[in-house]
Amino acid sequence: MIAEAGLAALWLAAAMALLQLAMAAIALSSRATEPPQIVRDLLAAVRPVAVAQGLLALGAFAALVALFARTDLSVLLVAENSHSAKPMLYKVAATWGNHEGSMLLWVTVLAVAGGAIALFERLLATRTHVATLAAQAAIAAGFYAFLLFASNPFARLSPTPLDGLGLNPLLQDPGLAFHPPTLYLGYVGLSVAFSFAVGALVTRDVGRDFARAMRPWVLGAWIFLTIGITAGSYWAYYELGWGGWWFWDPVENASLMPWLAATALLHSVTVLATRDGLRAWTIMLSVVAFSMSMVGTFLVRSGILTSVHAFAVDPTRGSFILALLILYIGGALALFAFRVGTVRQGALFEPVSREGGLVLNNLLLSVILGIVLIGTLYPLLAEAFGVQLSVGPPFFNRAAGPIALLLVAGMAVGPLLRWRRDRGRAVARRIAMPAAVTLIVFIALLFTDAGLMPLLGLSLAAGLAVASILPLVGRSPWRTPMPIWGMVVAHLGIAVSLAGMASDSAFTAERLVAARPGEINRVGPFAIRFEGIKPVVGDNWSAIQGRLIVTRDGGQPFLLRPEQRFFANPPTETSEAALATFWDGQLYAVLGRDDHGGRRQLRLWWKPFVTLIWAGGGLIALGGFVSLIGRVRRRRAR
Amino acid sequence: MSPKRQRMTLALLAVVAIVGAVLLAMSALSDEAAFFYAPADAASAPVDKPVRLGGMVAPGSVKRMADGVTIAFTVTDGKATVPVRFSGIVPDLFRENSGVVAEGKFVAGGGFVADNLLAKHDERYMPPQVAGKMHKSESIAQ
Repeated sequence: MIAEAGLAALWLAAAMALLQLAMAAIALSSRATEPPQIVRDLLAAVRPVAVAQGLLALGAFAALVALFARTDLSVLLVAENSHSAKPMLYKVAATWGNHEGSMLLWVTVLAVAGGAIALFERLLATRTHVATLAAQAAIAAGFYAFLLFASNPFARLSPTPLDGLGLNPLLQDPGLAFHPPTLYLGYVGLSVAFSFAVGALVTRDVGRDFARAMRPWVLGAWIFLTIGITAGSYWAYYELGWGGWWFWDPVENASLMPWLAATALLHSVTVLATRDGLRAWTIMLSVVAFSMSMVGTFLVRSGILTSVHAFAVDPTRGSFILALLILYIGGALALFAFRVGTVRQGALFEPVSREGGLVLNNLLLSVILGIVLIGTLYPLLAEAFGVQLSVGPPFFNRAAGPIALLLVAGMAVGPLLRWRRDRGRAVARRIAMPAAVTLIVFIALLFTDAGLMPLLGLSLAAGLAVASILPLVGRSPWRTPMPIWGMVVAHLGIAVSLAGMASDSAFTAERLVAARPGEINRVGPFAIRFEGIKPVVGDNWSAIQGRLIVTRDGGQPFLLRPEQRFFANPPTETSEAALATFWDGQLYAVLGRDDHGGRRQLRLWWKPFVTLIWAGGGLIALGGFVSLIGRVRRRRAR
Repeated sequence: MSPKRQRMTLALLAVVAIVGAVLLAMSALSDEAAFFYAPADAASAPVDKPVRLGGMVAPGSVKRMADGVTIAFTVTDGKATVPVRFSGIVPDLFRENSGVVAEGKFVAGGGFVADNLLAKHDERYMPPQVAGKMHKSESIAQ
């Protein structure tokens, strides 16, 4: 029953989306200055329909969660991706640990975002608001069709099997409960920016009010995207047991590209809201940001890439998503091309000014976005021409690294510039201190064996940390507007994160050994004694556990327990790294195999300050959150 | 600056950014893209550049070195063979007579030093083109 109810809710949601689109189209086609009653009624009715669509999609999703929680094996998706002997957390999280379920989550976020615009957006003019909801409904309709015709999550299975096939063990981690939903809230939340842009183009209403209305929504999506990427990076770091936190995998790039575009958009929308400049560019970025989300969805869900994120390889699905992608991106770009001439010229500005700094920010972010996009798509294009190659970290580090450092330098200066116009000499005085800090750290680190890029990274991070706090100097902490606090915290977060990345690549110590029981190995400041192995059993796995007694500089010893786990459903082996976190870094241990001579392979890393990477990510999201609260409160006050 | 000139300048900047990104990416791609080689075309492969080598682990070729963490084996595609050395934790599905993709560099003298091994059906990060190539070399060997 639950499955049928869920499917019915999904069909009804799709019908609501079409209704929403049709009503909005009819109402908006009337250009009369004094619209007849029927048009006004239609305009007013679009909102409740959007809310109903959001609730129906939410209902369908809740039905699927219920089916997974009860392990209803008569449903094909549950039987293929779950198992009765699994902790409850993973039963629920398995809902989105597969193709159909994750696409349902995708479209649910889309529909709920539409409902939220209908309920909470009060700044937009009615016609623009309705046009925005129509755009949101148009996207939703396509993805409902994708679910209903190519990826039905509620399909039944007969006869009912005795038990399910289980969930990929790599996904059996608390990370699965948080990473996909937060990432999707960000990813799909950017659809709001897209719809706002389309709505504004339709009604030719691009200006400061439009920017002020859109800003909190973009900020909200960006916060979730930041959290999702940070959480995903940490998950990959401890789960894969490779000691790395970013692999430039196409799937990772698929989440980074929308983030880069959204970050650029967040800054350009500020120029539009404050100074009424960069109108056409901001519209363009709104379209690009969600296009990147859809490109990411295509890369991950089409089966064109095989990775832990790609669940099913089915060519019809790939073509379906590709068709939707071309339809929406192409449609929005065509609309942009037709209407960009009607976007009136915004305000002008001087090169040395806050606006000038933000233009530089947008340029550099766009260049990085371009590089990541080319690096991600190039192997696919080459494949089409029969050449097999892979593009990995050396490419991205070399091409995007220098631009990213330039961006960090610009980020230190930008917030110290005044709006409208600033004088070069005054700016030089303001950036003297951060520049001096950068130089001092650079010289001090010249005597370590850090490479050039980590060296530049660490010194620029120190300079940025100082510079990002300077906007608070001379302000009362209680009177400082919250968006300024948000900017300070987020920029500080970038400095903290960059320091962690640079420290990890400059100072990581690594040991790979085959150890006999009783043998002591050293890595960094640690002495690690291999005690031996013992078998252990978990809920749905068994493991060989290595026991390592660790002392740091002769201090109190503690135990580390890296494992090799064996899962029965499906039969898989995974390696479970053991981590010990200190204020100044992490010790990371992986248990390898037996060498057939009484020794065990151990891989040990001491990673100084690596945790700053994710702490910085958290600060960036927190900054966004503080800023969002400030914006929403200011709106309420008006 | 007149409104029109400023608009032109901004548009020009955007074009410069896009062209810059493409040029930068292309120049880095020509140096850093890792091409895929089978043992038969190993002779034409560049030395000391990151590449991928794919084929079958030749039966009876896996040898463990005294340090306990280094292994040596031969990769074959039925036409030619390449000796490979690897230090690290080998993937679970690494076996003799089974497909493997080694990421690393060819060294002077014809050998290959791998920094990473991807074994057959290693679900984690196996690009489909690699899986396809591996399947091909497997059927050749049989």
